[in-house]
Amino acid sequence: MLWRHVIRRSALGVFTLFLISLIIFFATNVLPGDAARAILGRSATPEAVAMLKSQLGMDRPLSVQYLAWMGGILHLDMGMSFISRGPVWDIVAPRLMNTLLLLAATSLVALPVSFVIGTVMAIKPGRLFDNAMNGFLIGTAGIPEFVIAIILVLLLSTQVFHLLPSTALVPPGQSVLENPQVLVLPVLTLTFAVMPYLGRLIRASLMDALASEYVVTARLKGLSPRVVLLRHAMRNSLVPSIQAAALTLAYILGGAVVVEFIFQYPGLGSALQSAVAQRDVFVIQAIVLIFAFGYIAFNMVADILTILMTPRLRS
Amino acid sequence: MIQATQTEARFAVDVRGLRVELPGGGDIVDDVSFSIRAGEVLGVVGESGSGKTTVGMALLGFARGGARITGGTVHIAGDTSTNMLALDSEKKRLLRGKTVAYVPQDPASALNPSLRIGLQLAEVIEAHEPSTQRAEIERRIEAVMAAVGLPTDKVFLERYPHQLSGGQQQRIGIGMAVILAPKLIVLDEPTTGLDVTTQNKILDVVKKLCREQGIGALHVTHDLSVIANIADQIMVMYSGRVVELGRVETILTDPQHPYTRALLGAVPELRYRTQLTTIPGAAARPANRPSGCFFHPRCPAAEPACKAEPIGFTEVVARHWVRCLNAGSGCGTRPERLPDPAMASGGKPVLDVRALSVSYSNYRVLDGVSFTADRGECLAIVGESGSGKSTLSRALIGLVRQQASTVLFDGTPLAPRARDRSRQQLQAIQYIFQSPHNSLNPRQTVEQLVGLVYDTFHRTDRNRRREAIANVLSQVGLTPETMNVFPDQLSGGERQRVAIARALAADPEILVCDEITSALDVSVRAAIVNLLKELKARRKLTMLFVTHNLALVRNLADRVLVLHKGEVAEIGPVGEVIDRPRHAYTRQLLANALEADLDHRVEAPQPALRA
Repeated sequence: MLWRHVIRRSALGVFTLFLISLIIFFATNVLPGDAARAILGRSATPEAVAMLKSQLGMDRPLSVQYLAWMGGILHLDMGMSFISRGPVWDIVAPRLMNTLLLLAATSLVALPVSFVIGTVMAIKPGRLFDNAMNGFLIGTAGIPEFVIAIILVLLLSTQVFHLLPSTALVPPGQSVLENPQVLVLPVLTLTFAVMPYLGRLIRASLMDALASEYVVTARLKGLSPRVVLLRHAMRNSLVPSIQAAALTLAYILGGAVVVEFIFQYPGLGSALQSAVAQRDVFVIQAIVLIFAFGYIAFNMVADILTILMTPRLRS
Repeated sequence: MIQATQTEARFAVDVRGLRVELPGGGDIVDDVSFSIRAGEVLGVVGESGSGKTTVGMALLGFARGGARITGGTVHIAGDTSTNMLALDSEKKRLLRGKTVAYVPQDPASALNPSLRIGLQLAEVIEAHEPSTQRAEIERRIEAVMAAVGLPTDKVFLERYPHQLSGGQQQRIGIGMAVILAPKLIVLDEPTTGLDVTTQNKILDVVKKLCREQGIGALHVTHDLSVIANIADQIMVMYSGRVVELGRVETILTDPQHPYTRALLGAVPELRYRTQLTTIPGAAARPANRPSGCFFHPRCPAAEPACKAEPIGFTEVVARHWVRCLNAGSGCGTRPERLPDPAMASGGKPVLDVRALSVSYSNYRVLDGVSFTADRGECLAIVGESGSGKSTLSRALIGLVRQQASTVLFDGTPLAPRARDRSRQQLQAIQYIFQSPHNSLNPRQTVEQLVGLVYDTFHRTDRNRRREAIANVLSQVGLTPETMNVFPDQLSGGERQRVAIARALAADPEILVCDEITSALDVSVRAAIVNLLKELKARRKLTMLFVTHNLALVRNLADRVLVLHKGEVAEIGPVGEVIDRPRHAYTRQLLANALEADLDHRVEAPQPALRA
């Protein structure tokens, strides 16, 4: 039953990706400013542009171009970058690694912190911690990411303390892992960005579970508060929390663009930003497709976990 | 004296002066005192909001939603040195589930959906006797499963709550409560959501366990027939006070408090038709209770003295307490008996159903159902859940695609689907839903709710419209001011009146009532039934009354149609079918209903219970 569902969901995910690839491909082709003109500059003659177009295969019908592009992607060949003149994958792959690293570091911080905060708030609602935290979280939710980033930079790397680098500049030839201090500010910013949503959702779903009839019954059975909380309440409140966590991770993957740009973090987001600026079409297409893939994958994993944790859905 | 102490020692619970307060002050219940002997059942009755569940939960030292237990003592199993209410939370926990256990109202929401039932049983033992060996736990689970009449195999215990029927879920609820052989169990309306057959089986299990294991039980319910069937003592609550307490035989045959009498008179009888008693007005909320006796504004026997002082709880005869200045006086005794309706014969039937069949995919829900209904008669449609009675009523108003156009209204065939019917046909057949809590749009005022139906079929100016709406409201016993309120501001009974008024606004000829009284309190139900009778007589309405309550049928209907597995088992005049059932299924339905019948129980008490 579960396997059938997984297979069905995967098929659906592949189909969605196919639709997205269509949209990405045609949207980038319809947009004004084609790659040939971008490469040759404004003063290029129409003949030169046409020649470059045929060189790049851009004079073929769009459907043929799409099939060629799609066929390449299936072999991890995402075409050639117009700007660096190298394979797109060579540009994208290290950036993808860095973004995944940022994602992993952020989830290691944001998920446990939100979970603990939400849980403590839910256990004693209306008390000092709950009220103070609620005010703080709602306040934070109202501040845009880039403002959080600027505040953190002011606080931790320029005006007040000088603890951390304000930009994530990694020396050439080194990886982010060799310079872990560059991760701190982006991770902190993203954590503040997702914590209000995640923490408050965890609080709300745990409070729902704690107010449920089955928790009253568990308490009237004389179970210890620990068992009531961990076995009876959390088992049921985890499901919405997992869904929220998946959405959050998907958001971080795609939404890291702003944060990566601010800190000059060498990830997919800043790569996308510069590819757009340079009209590097194949790079744009590849990155957006990766974002879409990540979004679908995270949601699918959350769905499968939900089913695994909900007996009613499992059988 | 020695005798007395021995009796004391056999008490499962002794409660004195219990008081539970709301967060903002003011009490939910106060001055509640009673005791239950080992092996006996105390039935607590009262309408919604009377505080009966609050009392039940207080026996476990628990109060819901911010309410606080602020006074009184609860001594369990004759242990006069330990007051449950004064213990710290850890000591309370150690008693809960082991010495005092709780059976929840709705097992579907009270069992944890994510945990296997075997675990939910085992954890009670693990919490209270942590050193118990695995094998011993399994042995005790097996024993308790057998005691509540469930399969004992491991495969069954591996199931999750949603894989059980409602009756099985409630058996698990009872099993969790008795697995450690407590001294006292509190049952909170444990059979409310179950159909009659299942209900009787569950009640039998409870009775048997209490008797065999010497468990005292407090059984909260709003259903007097359940109490009649299971209880040794009855405690009647009104507005947070105990108004009457005594042995079941005494109270059912010779009630002393006017409220108890009214409540008993509001319960329909299966064997004959009665004029149901109704109580005018509604119980006050805790914040604005009247002075003196809380019941006096609604009491037919009230006198000035009733308003003056709070009324004490006095023992009028041995073991029978009443909170009333004029106990036993001023109210009619038994409700008036009425003859069964005479069969009006002849005339063309207003509704003629011929071989109506409905299938969902491969499953045939209704199979060749034929019947007629005469103008101005009330035809009851009865059957257990799953018999197809709701499908039948929905097919009649065109919410189900039946297989062929086999319903004649006034001699003309009705299209299967409502959208294909003429305006006049739609107007003629109106439907009232089971729950007035879901069938009224909470964002519309009563005027808008009723007006919507009115406008569909009438075109008049503003003033005439308002007048017409006020008029249907007054026909269902609501004031014109009701027009401006939202459903939330009304009680359950008032909402159902609005739903009836909405149907009447169409000026219908046929009313289809789908279990419209099942969500209502006893006395409210009586008022609605009386209203329906009155409307039927005054407006010559034809009524199709879908229900599973046979006593209600006896009280309201002219004829009965018994539906069994999608076929008509039996149809005939109400007296005929109930007194002389022909079909085996009808007899089985009646056998289950009889056990819940008040008179039956009092006339022939089950000796096993008394012993």
